[in-house]
Amino acid sequence: MASITVKVQEERGHVIHAQSQLDAQETGEEDEVSVSQEEYERERHRGKRRSGDGERKKRRKRASRAGEREEESHARPERREKSRRRRRRARDDEGDGDGEGEADERNAKGKKKQGSAKKGEKEQDAEKLAVEEKPQELKKKKQKKKVVETSSEQETSEVEDNQKEDNDETEVRPESLSPEELETLEEAVDERKKLIQGLRGKPWTMKKKLLTLRESQEFVDKYEGALGKGKGRKLYAYKVMMGKKWMKFQRDFENFKTACIPWEMKIKEIESHFGSSVASYFIFLRWMYGINLILFSLTFGLVMVPEALMGRPYGSIPRKTVPRAEGSSAMDFAVLWDFGGYAQYSVLFYGYYNNQRAIGWLKFRLPLSYFLVGVGTVAYSYMVVIRTMARNANESGVGDDNSFNFSWKMFTSWDYLIGNPETADNKFASITTSFKEAILEEQESQKDDNIHLTRFLRVLANFLVLCCLAGSGYLIYFVVRRSQKFALDGLDTHSWWERNEVNMVMSLLGMFCPMLFDVISALENYHPRVALQWQLGRIFALFLGNLYTFIIALMDEINLKREEEQIIKFNITIWEAHFYNGTVSENSTAPPITIQPADVPRGPCWETMVGQEFVRLIISDTMTTYITLLIGDFLRAVLVRFLNYCWCWDLEAGFPSYSEFDVSGNVLGLIFNQGMIWMGAFYAPCLPALNVLRLHVSMYLQCWAVMCCNVPQERVFKASGSNNFYMAMLLVILFLSTLPAIYTIVTIPPSFDCGPFSGKNRMFDVIQETLESDFPAWIGKVFSYASNPGLVLPFILLMVLAIYYLQSTSKSYKEANVELKRKLQTQNEENKKKNKQAALKAQMDLEEARQAASHTAERQRNNNASVEDQEGWEEKQGSSHRLSHGRNGRNPHPPVRDQLPATSACLSRTHHHSKHGAPGYLPGLPRQSEPRMCRVPSLQRH
Amino acid sequence: MGNKQTIFTDEQLDAYQDCTFFTRKEILRLHGRYHELAPHLVPMDYTTDPDCKVPLALIVTMPELNVKKKQSLYTENPFRNRIVESFSEDGMGNLSFNEFVDMFSVLSEMAPRELKAIYAFKIYDFNVDNYLCKEDLEKTLNRLTKEELTPEEVELVCQKAIEEADLDGDNKLSFADFENMITRAPDFLSTFHIRI
Repeated sequence: MASITVKVQEERGHVIHAQSQLDAQETGEEDEVSVSQEEYERERHRGKRRSGDGERKKRRKRASRAGEREEESHARPERREKSRRRRRRARDDEGDGDGEGEADERNAKGKKKQGSAKKGEKEQDAEKLAVEEKPQELKKKKQKKKVVETSSEQETSEVEDNQKEDNDETEVRPESLSPEELETLEEAVDERKKLIQGLRGKPWTMKKKLLTLRESQEFVDKYEGALGKGKGRKLYAYKVMMGKKWMKFQRDFENFKTACIPWEMKIKEIESHFGSSVASYFIFLRWMYGINLILFSLTFGLVMVPEALMGRPYGSIPRKTVPRAEGSSAMDFAVLWDFGGYAQYSVLFYGYYNNQRAIGWLKFRLPLSYFLVGVGTVAYSYMVVIRTMARNANESGVGDDNSFNFSWKMFTSWDYLIGNPETADNKFASITTSFKEAILEEQESQKDDNIHLTRFLRVLANFLVLCCLAGSGYLIYFVVRRSQKFALDGLDTHSWWERNEVNMVMSLLGMFCPMLFDVISALENYHPRVALQWQLGRIFALFLGNLYTFIIALMDEINLKREEEQIIKFNITIWEAHFYNGTVSENSTAPPITIQPADVPRGPCWETMVGQEFVRLIISDTMTTYITLLIGDFLRAVLVRFLNYCWCWDLEAGFPSYSEFDVSGNVLGLIFNQGMIWMGAFYAPCLPALNVLRLHVSMYLQCWAVMCCNVPQERVFKASGSNNFYMAMLLVILFLSTLPAIYTIVTIPPSFDCGPFSGKNRMFDVIQETLESDFPAWIGKVFSYASNPGLVLPFILLMVLAIYYLQSTSKSYKEANVELKRKLQTQNEENKKKNKQAALKAQMDLEEARQAASHTAERQRNNNASVEDQEGWEEKQGSSHRLSHGRNGRNPHPPVRDQLPATSACLSRTHHHSKHGAPGYLPGLPRQSEPRMCRVPSLQRH
Repeated sequence: MGNKQTIFTDEQLDAYQDCTFFTRKEILRLHGRYHELAPHLVPMDYTTDPDCKVPLALIVTMPELNVKKKQSLYTENPFRNRIVESFSEDGMGNLSFNEFVDMFSVLSEMAPRELKAIYAFKIYDFNVDNYLCKEDLEKTLNRLTKEELTPEEVELVCQKAIEEADLDGDNKLSFADFENMITRAPDFLSTFHIRI
């Protein structure tokens, strides 16, 4: 910001020089002003220096104005001459008022401690009087210039008034401003706006922020209107107004948005009890809930509701009617719970939808909508996951190198969120162990005692895990096969267990195998973090294997159903022929009124079957989760708590204890659940709705369970980077779950008598159909060209090339990074050597300088910083006086020009520290290494 | 909203929203928390900008900073005093409401890394000398581990930490060193915040 200000000032300087005919006049004016100030200053130097700053300012204001008027009585030209001379003299002789301030400011760049309190006293120039804040100052200049330009000289007093009255004069005449000035003004306004925007990121105290905010807002309010000229002015004002309105709206919207984020307090509470890792699960859950809500609104709004409202009603056609054979039991709870009966023949499943091209008075293209929603669900999920991943990757930075091992441990290991004694205790313990581990690693690079044993154990563990995985895979395959046999026999002949075998087995496997893995991983003796990753990987593999076994079995079943369908199709033609009593050519004038839709024979409709399977899977999965929660956590907690009064050992501390919240397991469960949703959503549009319900209940149930019956983890892990780890898993699952869904859509022809695509060869034919009938011919042509392999293949090739290119560039960047890092390190080594000597020397110098500095400075630092110390000020003034002499001697300025740099420096000082916090220097903290520095607190801070 | 509006004027709330990372509701909540700490000291009406400060001893009783110390004295945020002190203007830990809001704004999730780094540096700089020297690191470490490391271990860790992060070789960490180190830390953003 400082540089910008300086630039503005320089520009202003140019402006002055450019306006040749006004130049002399203006110089005179300015000199006049300054001279009067100097006179006054001399007077004042004698007098009351001890008074408060604000008071002083006021007095000064009054006095200077008086002096001005006094002077005005002199003849003008003469006065101008005199003033110029005097000005020069003052500069040479005194070198105190102006030059000192200037030099001081040069020194002070970046040092906030040299506050404006001092400045107010030292810079006696009229220009600088009210210069505490840059905006005012800029503004004043503007005003003065304007006045000088537009009116004649006798307005000097008004100029003075303008300056003094702190911008009470709002009347700004844009016509009178030259384009350059306008530009400057605009820049200043923009700058202020930027300042307001970035204010919250400034390391200032709130008081200062509030002050700055108010001032800059006033400034912007006042001078925004002056921008824009003539015709454009109204437009500009309008724009400004709209901008303000827009800002307000945005803020309100932001408030509204944060108010809409659910469960904020719940999660916060959990966070303070269990640390950020447990909370990260709940945040993930909430995020998932949001996504599912959107998926749900898509399917609900574009598929289910239109069909329910505008499609043919229930019972009008065979696919919308429960068959006669099932009619009697269609309302039984057991059947409904299994999603058979009326549930099967409803909007919940694929089979219910009619293949009518357009339904209702809206002419809603339902089959097309169904297809596009299916595709859109997947596309949206991909987009969201990848975008979140990219954002997380940006946020987490590139901190994967190990060069700051100890420092990171020291400065970032405490989790400031923790607010629970037990968690805090665990955290302390884990930090201590991590330090000890690091120390051990440091001391001896690798202790390889018993390496053979560990290796053997690890191999053994992996072997056992593989056995588990294979076993569970086989079990599922076996069960699914068996269930198909049962299904062929008819469901009624079998017990409840036999009917629900598949889901139960899958859920039980998902429950017990992770425990088994946990036991096995105890063999391996890995570092907990590594162990956690292995554990996650294994559970992932288990779930994935189970899911794919399930899908493969399902594929078998689909094939079976399709064979069945062929037979039924054949039978139906016979049945129809029989029904029409030999009339081969069916005439439309004799509608088959006599046949109830329920009696019409129909195919097995494999799509509905797939949807049902998934819904059942989800339901049983949900049930298992909840029951485990209730039994595993709640019941255990209750037993431990109440049996502890009458037990022979301490249950709470001893064996059963309370359970910990298993973050990784829960996250994995959530991810796989989502995978199943993605997989099955095409065939069962109700799945997202079910999932929303499930997640909603989970949120409350798990929050409650965590708070009431879990204890914080013994090893409190940081949630660092795990977010992206979860996301990566989610992405993998998304890919793997869309694969089978897309495969079935693309390769298997839809059933002939159910679903929105019945009668078509493939499901995606609906697109072609729409293109042909609803769009002009040329679009269809374009599409057919675009889908030509001759175009698609080169396109894919191009994408591959682009990926390759991007990857190689990123690789080379990485290499360059490593190279630079290495260079930096070697340089550091050198620097360290060099600096050690330099630092020693500097230390000596510093000591000397510090001793030379008066004890008052010392006192001031120790003192409460809000008390202004006059002694210290004088001391410091003396030192800066010396400095300014040196500077002025070297570099004398012409009278007009030299005011500008001074002001610019002082302007920049007020804001400088905010942005370019000079390295090694902190705002608000005194800096000891600068002996000349004075510790007078700045105005802004008090 | 009726009685809430009397705490702050709309302009005040807008100004606070401009200056912090909080929404209107959160600011009101913060005021509630602040009021809770010392109901007899803090007025409910803030429209006139009253000048009152809550002393350190009361501030640190906030559950966010302080873990209930019923069981033992040690279970608390090891840096709570430092946090409060580095945000208080007088360095003694007395916070006015402005500073209170400022503190939680910096510690909020939305605050940028640079801002957090500045204040983190202040917090770890126990003897306010603008450098993290060895004593600072030792204090930090002892607070983190509840003094369970032996002096040799502490010495080693501090030495290592300085070696790693010290770029200019003056055997203490300046803010530049600290910033350079902390901006690459993967956990800094996720752990250096307090939800209110």
